[in-house]
Formats: sequence, C-alpha cells, structure tokens
Amino acid sequence: MTSSLSLVAVGAVCLLTIVFGALGLRLSRATSDFYVAGRSVSPRMNASAIGGEYLSAASFLGVAGLIYDFGVDQLWLPVGYTTGYLVLLVMVAAPMRRSGAYTVPDFAEARLQSGRVRLVASTLVVAIGWIYLVPQLQGASLVLQIVADVPGWVGGTVVAIVVILAVGAGGMRSITFVQAVQYWIKLTALAVPAFVLIVLWVRAGHPAPDVPSTSWEVALTPRAEGDHPTYRVYSTLIALSLGTMGLPHVLVRYYTNPDGNAARRTTVNVLLLLGLFYLLPPIYGVLGRVHLPTMPEGVRSDSIVLRLPGVVVGGLGGDLLTAVLAAGAFAALLSTASGVAMSVAGVLDQSLMRPWVARLSGGDAGMPVGFRLAALAAVAVPYVVSRLVEPIGLATMVGLAFAVAASTFAPLLILGVWWRALSTIGAIAGLLTGAVAATAAIFASIALRPVDGWPGWTGALLSQPAAWSVPLATLVTVVVSLSTPASVPPGTTRLLVRLHTPEGVDVSRSRPDD
Amino acid sequence: MRSFDVPTAIVVAGGMLLLWLALWLQRRLRRRGFISPVDQATYSTLHRASLAARHLSTGLSSEAGDKAGKHLLALLGARALAITDRVDVLSWTGPGETLHRPLTMAVNGALTGAGRTSAADHREVNCSDPECELRSAVFVPLVLGDDVIGSLAAYTDSASPGLVRATEEVAAWVSAQLELAQSSRDRPRLMEAELRALRAQISPHFIYNALAAIASFVRTDPDRARDLLLEFADFTRYALRRGGNFTTLQEELRNVERYLVLEQARFGERLQVSLLIAPEVLSVKVPYLAVQPLVENAVRHGLAAKEGIGHVTILASDLGHLAEIVVEDDGVGTEPDRVRRILDATDGSDSVGLGNVDARLRQVFGDASGLTIETAPGAGTKVSFVVPKFSPGISDDDYASR
Repeated sequence: MTSSLSLVAVGAVCLLTIVFGALGLRLSRATSDFYVAGRSVSPRMNASAIGGEYLSAASFLGVAGLIYDFGVDQLWLPVGYTTGYLVLLVMVAAPMRRSGAYTVPDFAEARLQSGRVRLVASTLVVAIGWIYLVPQLQGASLVLQIVADVPGWVGGTVVAIVVILAVGAGGMRSITFVQAVQYWIKLTALAVPAFVLIVLWVRAGHPAPDVPSTSWEVALTPRAEGDHPTYRVYSTLIALSLGTMGLPHVLVRYYTNPDGNAARRTTVNVLLLLGLFYLLPPIYGVLGRVHLPTMPEGVRSDSIVLRLPGVVVGGLGGDLLTAVLAAGAFAALLSTASGVAMSVAGVLDQSLMRPWVARLSGGDAGMPVGFRLAALAAVAVPYVVSRLVEPIGLATMVGLAFAVAASTFAPLLILGVWWRALSTIGAIAGLLTGAVAATAAIFASIALRPVDGWPGWTGALLSQPAAWSVPLATLVTVVVSLSTPASVPPGTTRLLVRLHTPEGVDVSRSRPDD
Repeated sequence: MRSFDVPTAIVVAGGMLLLWLALWLQRRLRRRGFISPVDQATYSTLHRASLAARHLSTGLSSEAGDKAGKHLLALLGARALAITDRVDVLSWTGPGETLHRPLTMAVNGALTGAGRTSAADHREVNCSDPECELRSAVFVPLVLGDDVIGSLAAYTDSASPGLVRATEEVAAWVSAQLELAQSSRDRPRLMEAELRALRAQISPHFIYNALAAIASFVRTDPDRARDLLLEFADFTRYALRRGGNFTTLQEELRNVERYLVLEQARFGERLQVSLLIAPEVLSVKVPYLAVQPLVENAVRHGLAAKEGIGHVTILASDLGHLAEIVVEDDGVGTEPDRVRRILDATDGSDSVGLGNVDARLRQVFGDASGLTIETAPGAGTKVSFVVPKFSPGISDDDYASR
C-alpha cells in the first residue's frame, strides 16, 4: 500500500519540524510593541502546548490498536491518560510551580536540599525518557512501513535524525506557540477522517462490529486462562494517573505559567483538551472491528488507524485520509519525541556533558557543544534499544514508562509537597526502590519472557507492576523517612508554607510592603 | 614428541603467576612511592587541619567547637581542649569535663583578658583531684581583627614550652579560619550594600531629563504628561523599593519598559526600541535591577552621544534549562579595554552599573553567568548574560514580595 501522498505529508511534517526548530525565537514573537514583554503565556495556550507535546504515537495509534485487539477494558487507557492531569491538578501543579523548579530534579533539590537526591532523580529522568522514546521510534517505523512499504528500520532512523537535528539546532525548545499548534493539528488529523468514517458507517446501515470474544465486549472478563483483568485494569490506571506527573516533558511546561493559579487553570484546560482528543481513538478501534475483522498475518494492530481509510473509503479519498492520518501520527511522535529528547538532553547536559566538556576544553567550548552531544546521546540510546527490542505494542511500552514514573516520582512529588517528615534518605530509598522494582518487572516481562508468557499472577504482576511497586516505594519512603528524622532538611516547614500559599498572600514576618 | 605433562604445566603456570605478581607489586609500590616519616607527619597534620577547617568554616559556635575540637586536640597532642567565647566555654574535648569545665572561665578570664598567651600551673588550674591529669593549662586568645573573641585552652599534666608554642600557632590558625568564615558570612551583606549603591544610583541626569521632558508635555499634551508622570512614579517606586534581592524577569522587563517610555519622551523618534521576548522565560528569577542598568547604559553611552536614529534591542530567549538576555545598541561603542576596566571596577567612570550587575550575577549564579560584552568603537555594543531557570541558591527570603 504505497502512497506518494502520505510520503509527501510525512516529509512535510519532518521538514516543518526542523525549520521550526531552526527558526526558534523568531517565530515566537517579533515586534517593537512595548507591552508585549508584560504578557505571559495564557493558560489556554499553555494547555494546548502541553496537549501537543503529551499526545504521542501511543495515543494516536496505540490506543486504537489496543481497543481493536482487546475491546472494552482498554477504554480505561484514554481515561487513565487524562486522569493523570486530574491528579496533577489536585496534588502537585500549583505547589510545584511555586517551588520555582523547572524539572523534577530541580524540585527534589529545592525540597530536600541535597545533591544526592538530585543525582538519583536526574538518572531517573534519563531512564524514563529513554523508555518513553523507544515506542516513539518504533511507531515511526510502523507508520512508514504502512504508508511507504519501506523496511522497518527506515522510519525510526528518520525520526531519530530529525529529532537530533531539531533539538541540537536549538530545539523545538519550548516554543509554546509551535507546540500549541501541534495539538490542533493532531486533533484535526484524527477528527476529520473519523468523521468521514462515521458518516460512511452510518450510511452503510451501521453494521455491528465483529466481536472476536466475550472479553472484547464484556468488561473485566479474562482474556484467557489465568488472566486477571481486574488487577490489570486497576494497575494500568494507577500507573497512568500517577505517572503523568513524573514525565520529564510535562512538568517543564508548567514553568511557563506565571504563578500557581495559572498552573491550575492550565491543568483544567489540559483536561478538557485531552478529553476531547481521547474521544476519537475508540472510534477507530471499533470501526476497525466492523470493517477489518481480521488483520493480515504478521501485521500489528497498532496500524489499524492507518489502514481503515484505505479499506473503507479507497481510491484517492482513501489515500488523502491516510496521508492526513500519517502526517498526524508523525507530528504526534515527532513533537513528543523532541519534547522528551529535549528534557533528557537538558539533564544529560547539565549533570554530565557540561562538566566533561569543560574539563576537556578547559572551559573554552561554548554551551552548544555539550548540549549537542547530549542531544545525540538522548536519542542514540533509545534508537539502539528500539532496534534490538521486539515491538510489544506502542501503548503497552509507553505504559511501562508511566509505570516507572509512577513508582518513582509520584511518591517523591506527592510526599514532597504534602508531607513534612520526608527525609533526604527516605526520598532516595523510595526512588531507588521504585526504580528497581518497576524496571526489574519490565525487564522480566520483556526480556526474560518465556515463549508463551509468564503464567497467571506472575505474568499479571510483572507486566503491570504499578499496583504493587507504587505502594511499595511509598511505604519505603515513609518508613525510612520516619526512621531517619535527622536527615529531614532544615527549613522544611517554611518551604511547605511557601509551596501552599498563593503568591499574592504575604506570609513573611518582614516589614510591611512599602 | 611428548604429550602434555601436567606437573610441568603447573610449575610453568605457577612461575608465570609469581612473576606477574612480583611485577604487579613492584609497579604498585613505585606508583605509591616511598613516604618518609617526615612526609607522613606533614601529611597527617595537614589532613587534621583540613578536617578541622571544614567545621570552623561555620564560625565560632558550640557545635563547630565540638566537631573541630577533636582534630585540634590531636594536632596539639594535649590531654584536653576547650574552646571558649568571651563569656563561656563553647566546647570541651577530652576527659575532665565535669570538673574543669566550670572552672575554665574563671582561670581563663583572669589570664587572657589582656589578649596574651598565658600558662597556668596546678594551683591556678585549681585541680583538687590528686589523680587528675589536667594539672596545667595553656590559654591563647582567639583574635578577629583587633578584638579578642574567645580563647583556646589546652590542658595537660605539665605544660612544656613546646605546647605553648604549638597552642599559639593553632590558635592563630583557628583565628584565621574564623576570619574567613566571617567574611563569607558578610558576602550577602556585601551584596545588599551593592544593591543599595545601585538603587541610590538612579542617575540624577535621568531624573532631570525625565522631569524636563514631562514638563514639556504639560501644556501641549496634558494626558501624555499625566501618563508619563505615572510611569515615572512607578519607575522610582520599583527602583527604590526595599527588601528582596530577586524578582522575575517579567517584573524587571516591565520596569525596563517604563524606563524606555520615559527616555522616548525625551528622545522622541531618535530612540527606536525592539523587544523580542520569549514568553517562556518571563518567570525566570533574576537579581533585582539586573537588566535596567544594561538598558540605561545602552541608551546613555550608546545613543545619547550619537547623531541620528539609534536602535536598542532587548532579547530574551529560551535555552532549555537556561535563559539568555541580550541588550544591544547600534550606538558609538567603546574600546574593549575600557569595558574591561569598568568590569574590574578599576575605572572611576560613571558606568558603575555594568560592573555592579556583573558582580551580582556572578555571586548568585556563578562565573558562567557573568556579563559578556562585545563592543568596538563605532560598532555598537552587545551585552548579554545567561541565567539558569532554577537555581537552588535563591531562597524564599530573597524573593521579593511585590
């Protein structure tokens, strides 16, 4: 199914990404109007930008694929992806903004006043970023395989190169406007074909989907012997709703908000925008069951979104819609991949490359050298992994990144914001426990997997670790913190007062404002 | 041809292993080098001193005394050691604390009041316990500047001239460490003083010119004159406010705007301004009055002396976890050497603003955040600096309430 139209669309998206990256600031605002300086990014614009960066290939392609495969239980996925922001809104958004931190390691350092916590958190940011990048690169391979019939390695390589160029050249950076437009592009790219498909489906007398099994249409029924659907669903929900706050590219966007209130308003807008977007993938999953009940041998269900227009509409119209969807998918994974790569490169640059480059060059090399090397490393490692690891489904792999983030950063952030007795040693112990538990489970469920999968509960616990690894990490953090009260940083109470007090309120004991 | 012989093989392998071990040991010894007893003593003394210095860097306190005391005691080789301030014993290291600690100040006060070293024998030490090993003591004052701030007391069973000498040296060293601690504590106060200097430095020329420009509008355009007066009021309120060393880039730029509005009232069309501000960096925290002096400098030194239209460009761009701020003018420029002198504060010119901003940026964010100035006569001037979006050094207290 080669389509030159789709290739052109994908090429255009890649080109635009590099051009936007290179133009940088020039695009954001060029004017001699004075009062521009006083105008910060509005919550609505910032929310669109968060949506633009957050909606990845997993959302665009993977969710529909999982719903196509497994049916009604998977509807929890889009719910989970969205509720993450609800948790963020209630627990973290405003205090995090008031802490002045730019990244999670920044927050850890500000809250616990310890370089060691910062180091552990930085390592985790890199690890989570890398896990998150792997499915993006695999998604790129998938898209190009379908629309251009090229070998699997091409798509991943193209995206890796584009992201390295865009980030290294000065980055998609955090150009809020560009990312905000990305959200609306993604929404349109998914909504227009969906609309056409629904109209055609209604006109065809709305045929019922071809249900492969009872577990597809009845919630919480086991897929096979030894499956634990209730545990699986709850564990996924925990991972998604607690993992969002730990994703490196999400939190940095909150820095753009001028204050805690704006951070909250932004989050509410994100909830609306994501809720709108996630109405669409299930349509593709269900219509896939209607029109394409069996996938050809060896084809991954992640491709259902891209295959549907060709099957249902056909001809030039089908090609056009496929091109729109392919471009949307590429935009999705490029913006997410550059956002994540940007964060990972930032951390690598700050804690690894800059000291190293400075030592090698005697402090003469400018900042870009280290940052470009960091950008290279940020993409190269997941690229190699994506070539070595067998694809296990886009949304599943992204879910694992969420699980690691939920098991490590969620306890740190929530306890850091809400619990006075959190100690430095406790935080480190919790981070390490969560990281080891979640990554070991992931490693076991992917790399050490027996031919026919881990049986019964072992399989369930290993493939969805969040339901036990998050409580475990939290427990370790609490217990260790309580037993090491000496390492509770001084000034904790004052800091917490600041985190929880709106900016306009003056709680200092200093002289009144003059 | 004989086949493989096991004993021979073992002997050969063992021999090789021994040879390798011998070589390895030799190389290791050579790398380590031979340490003479004198070197060893020097090394351990320096090591002790560095351990003690770490604790003394917080200043003279009971806690610091406790921690540094055991290293100082080891340095002196005395039985016990007391560190006192002017009125009380801060810390006691070694035996005899219950008996001697309460007595120390009485003995000490009489002896070191004059700021001299003194030795006390067993009568003066007032030891009633015949078994006690602390039968004599050396008291040396700790001096900071011209003031005696405390004393170091070394107890032993009989004071030798060597101990007196050693105690004097250690006390001098401790005094030096305390002086360092004092000066590092003074650093924030120094910054405050510099900021106050900058605040007081709103140029009288500027005030005069601004008011004159406003006056010229009072009759022809009263509305504009009123607006300008309000801008002027806001500007002075910001520039003269008290408390808080930091502000957001947004606040700082807002003040720059006010300043430019006032300057434009004076220069009219001659002053063209363009701002290119990435909205993402508006919440970056910068030292208060970090940008405005740069802009003022660009206007005053770059444009005022120039014929015709002058441009000032202010750029703030997002560099990931950093933010870059650039102030550029196409004015007359200056000699790079002169700029260097201004930054080193060896030039008594009226451009103290630049040197002051540079010093404060370096103090808060480190040397990587100092001002970068590119200029040449006739080629305009570009002043830029880079600040991190998050810096653990900026605490709550420093952050100004609005």
